[in-house]
Amino acid sequence: MSMINYASREINCKLVYYGPGLGGKTTNLEHVFGKVNPNARGKLISLATETERTLFFDFLPVDLGTVRGFKTRFHLYTVPGQVYYNASRKLILKGVDGVVFVADSQLERMEANIESMQNLYDNMAEYGYDLTKIPFVVQYNKRDLPNASPIKDLQAALNPGWQVADPAAQKVTPDASFQGEFLTWQLPTGEWIQRAPGQEAVAVTGEGVFETLRTVSKLVLKSLG
Amino acid sequence: MAGASSWSFREEDFKAISEHLNALLRETNVKSLILVDRAGQVVAHVGEPPQFDPQAFASLTAADFSANDQLAKMIGEHEFSSLFHQGEKESMYLADIARRVILVALFDNRTTLGMVRLKVKVTVEELTRLFEEMFNRVGTEKPRLEGFASPEVEDEIDKLFG
Repeated sequence: MSMINYASREINCKLVYYGPGLGGKTTNLEHVFGKVNPNARGKLISLATETERTLFFDFLPVDLGTVRGFKTRFHLYTVPGQVYYNASRKLILKGVDGVVFVADSQLERMEANIESMQNLYDNMAEYGYDLTKIPFVVQYNKRDLPNASPIKDLQAALNPGWQVADPAAQKVTPDASFQGEFLTWQLPTGEWIQRAPGQEAVAVTGEGVFETLRTVSKLVLKSLG
Repeated sequence: MAGASSWSFREEDFKAISEHLNALLRETNVKSLILVDRAGQVVAHVGEPPQFDPQAFASLTAADFSANDQLAKMIGEHEFSSLFHQGEKESMYLADIARRVILVALFDNRTTLGMVRLKVKVTVEELTRLFEEMFNRVGTEKPRLEGFASPEVEDEIDKLFG
């Protein structure tokens, strides 16, 4: 639920990092917190258990800067990844403007990724939000690990795409993140398919973290136009 | 509805909201009043400047209210329209406005819960009318900002990320 205050010329938007437990959602926020100038961000709030597992959410407000004369402020939230916490996880999606799905690239986490992605679609649908129509980015985290699945397999399982009916959107668009791949393309059978932008990352070292944030914030701000 | 609904408000809306809040502040002697939307963003603030991060406070307030909404449903209530958190010195009273906004009153022993509850009720009614009018007028469709769909916006954002 973006909030635009014409009196102070401010735009506030809400981004939610979603994904399976221990996938690196909190690590994404911690990296942003560590790298952004302290004047341009607030405190990192973590509602976590004593073993540092997210219980309710993490929260970090970040001022991105001025766009078209408006001060843009993004509120970054993570959800608890563990299956058990679905009731509180769903609450965080309320009023979301953009979603980042943080997938764990490790082969043995494929099931957990798929389950979490399904849960995201279900929870969004309960609010009446359509994930194919709101800003959405899939981050493939932990790319440095030896047991990481190939991107092609992850994309096929988690981000296969959806059919595009709007003729205006039926335009071949290459995927800047993955060479030879497309964000929008036409099948030999004639249907047009679109998928969410993907991003490789190693959140512990910060690789891909700001690229993900940039991609999703661009989509959010453009959607206001 | 494809995505989350959004809202925007004009300078005169903001002024009207602030006037209601300032009147409540004078009548109740609370320390401060904060208006927070259900997605966790600060809408307005009057009274003593907070000694804490207002944005963090707003996100926790929205989460607090959402969690209590679910608890209400579990016990068969439609909602808890107000919440009260009592501390040793500082307390807070939270009230729902038009299911979209939360009014938070922070107070100490210079006033009483009874007084706060009584006066907040009146302000909530006034603000509910004001917000409903505002939502009816601007609608809850995504506001359109001129120029934000243009390719130049992408360049501007790229520059922000260096």
